Amino acid sequence: MTLDLLRFTTAGSVDDGKSTLIGRLLYDSKQVFEDQLEHVALASERRGGEGTLDLALLTDGLRAEREQGITIDVAYRYFATTRRRFIIADCPGHRQYTRNMVTGASTADVAVVLIDARRGVLEQSKRHAFISSLLRIPHMVVAVNKMDLVDYSQARFQEIVDDFAGFAEKLAGPGAPGPDITYIPMSALEGDNVVERSTRMPWYEGPMLLEHLEQVEVAYDHPDEKPARFPVQWVIRPAGPAETEDYRGYAGQLASGALRRGQEVLVLPGGGRTRIAAIDTFDGELEEAMAPMSLTLRLEDELDVSRGELICHPDRPPAVGRELAADVCWMTDEPLRVGSRYLVKHTSRNATAIVEAIEDVLDVHTLERGEAGTELALNDIGRVRLRTSSPLAFDPYTANRRTGSFILIDESSNRTVGAGMIAPER
Amino acid sequence: MSRSGAPSSVTARPQLSHLRALESEGIHVMREVAAEFERPVLLFSGGKDSIVLLRLAEKAFRPAPFPFPLMHVDTGHNFPEVIEFRDRRVAELGERLIVASVQDSIDKGRVVEETGPRASRNRLQTVTLLDAIAEHGFDAAFGGARRDEERARAKERIFSFRDDFGQWDPKNQRPELWNLYNGRIHRGEHVRVFPMSNWTELDVWEYVDQEELEVPSIYYAHQREVFRRDDMVYAWRPGTELLPGEEVFTETVRYRTVGDMTCTGGVLSSASTLEDVVREISVTRITERGETRADDRVSEAAMEDRKKAGYF
Repeated sequence: MTLDLLRFTTAGSVDDGKSTLIGRLLYDSKQVFEDQLEHVALASERRGGEGTLDLALLTDGLRAEREQGITIDVAYRYFATTRRRFIIADCPGHRQYTRNMVTGASTADVAVVLIDARRGVLEQSKRHAFISSLLRIPHMVVAVNKMDLVDYSQARFQEIVDDFAGFAEKLAGPGAPGPDITYIPMSALEGDNVVERSTRMPWYEGPMLLEHLEQVEVAYDHPDEKPARFPVQWVIRPAGPAETEDYRGYAGQLASGALRRGQEVLVLPGGGRTRIAAIDTFDGELEEAMAPMSLTLRLEDELDVSRGELICHPDRPPAVGRELAADVCWMTDEPLRVGSRYLVKHTSRNATAIVEAIEDVLDVHTLERGEAGTELALNDIGRVRLRTSSPLAFDPYTANRRTGSFILIDESSNRTVGAGMIAPER
Repeated sequence: MSRSGAPSSVTARPQLSHLRALESEGIHVMREVAAEFERPVLLFSGGKDSIVLLRLAEKAFRPAPFPFPLMHVDTGHNFPEVIEFRDRRVAELGERLIVASVQDSIDKGRVVEETGPRASRNRLQTVTLLDAIAEHGFDAAFGGARRDEERARAKERIFSFRDDFGQWDPKNQRPELWNLYNGRIHRGEHVRVFPMSNWTELDVWEYVDQEELEVPSIYYAHQREVFRRDDMVYAWRPGTELLPGEEVFTETVRYRTVGDMTCTGGVLSSASTLEDVVREISVTRITERGETRADDRVSEAAMEDRKKAGYF
């Protein structure tokens, strides 16, 4: 099965041409509408003089962004080719950088990391790559941009590839292979190797960016390889006409794997076992369903299943417990402190969590895990031990992005303050 | 369970098209809201996007009734075909519809009607909407807005937080990670929820086609008395004040968006079937709001400003 919808994220430093690249993808794939182009042309001329067309302006959405010439927040863009639909999460490179990058990366199948061919692999490129791999984006494209400014030099490209590859070895962790990386030399400004093959780099035989994005495998391509995880969101119990009186359906979205009618299932954290009596959808019953479909399950036995419980295959269950360790990206000014309480939302389950310890803090420059203090500051990423008010059924994030992730919410402000990725159990 | 009545069994391994993936995401969002909010409402305008929302709600909650009512903010200047469709669709679904009327807001002195040939009730809707949300104590309101529609919307979250004045603060949005939505609010605040954030206009039409959904007749080419203003073609109706030089003529048009008659332009088109419309949309070179909405032409940030004030 192939999914014809691909989500990718773009990240880059200030001025390395990220907005131009997105503008180029939209423009060359003919996804820019005339009235949008008119807006861009007017704004370009106001800023750059007559006749200029700044494709970067296509992606600046808010008034403050246009006024200040910066990108404030993650913006979502849409385009399509005959092969696939694409959703771009465009992450700003500077302000609130880690928080935005983590947000955009959380749903992406591919990360496009931009590198300015003149400047080479900067600290910031490394951080982008690191966060992409921490968020388990399976594929990475290293877009070596502005090749026009280094005379389309193969030697310069190779130098950057070697440099980046040396660093990328460090991205693989224990039990977690590093991302699959594709290097593409391009000039977003001139249009080389973005949609159209460059005639100025005959030495490059790999794919163009769009071609690659059309072909790369996405997360749900092999549902059978992952164990089934079905968090119950909502119990459907119609009151009313007699024919639906006994109906009791467990509604949710299959987070991973596949489920079949008649198969034995385990309900966690309770531990009850039963079989799937039916897989219902509005369009009829299914024999088999796979992620990421939304379904309603009916079970053979009357178990007391409610929102927040997880239905899975009994042979490969997730861990169940009230203690867990996770890499937490902290997203607010008020630091995370040992002993603090937060609300935790994990799959469809809400609980309260207490911070037991901060074990270490990741240095996103060196990728070393350093000595932790007693708090995590804004944009820090650290290994945190949490104890929860009720048991959670979870997988390591490296094995399952859906059942391995959670958010932390501040109880008084209600703001989302942290993003957690559950670590493998030791 | 199935629409034909008798349960049908699908044995072939399902293929997950991009429409099915978007549909599943929308259903997931709706169920999260039903579970985490006390008083949600679904904003139903009779337009194509909210027609899709209703189908997503059917897919999320049947065979039970929806766990929320529907609400229409009626400017009193809607196309009659759309109001007729709205009432028929609600009756078919057997769900409850609340109509919040801009005329009532005017009568109560909550808003002052604009006057002159360019008068529109578009801005007034915001007050009617916020009043209705407060009156009914709604804490979440589903809308059919999409991020591809407009550049301020491109930055908006699926769960879009509104303070106790109904305001959106684009620079201070909650980060939205994975598919974990933070539905926590204080009393008086609410959340606008956009289950179709990731859909494009073409996706909507392809879905209407796939699901065989009925849409109001004004989406298809028809003859109408119109007049031309600001490069757009508007429907003429009794009482419309014309500017000097404007005249009423008959034209074959269809609508790409359904809004207030006073600020929604028609498109010159001969697309009279769903197939024609899908074909037309797949090759169009102009965005739907650019082509049909006078309200977005006011300034570069017209939508952003209206959204900050509490608009849809």
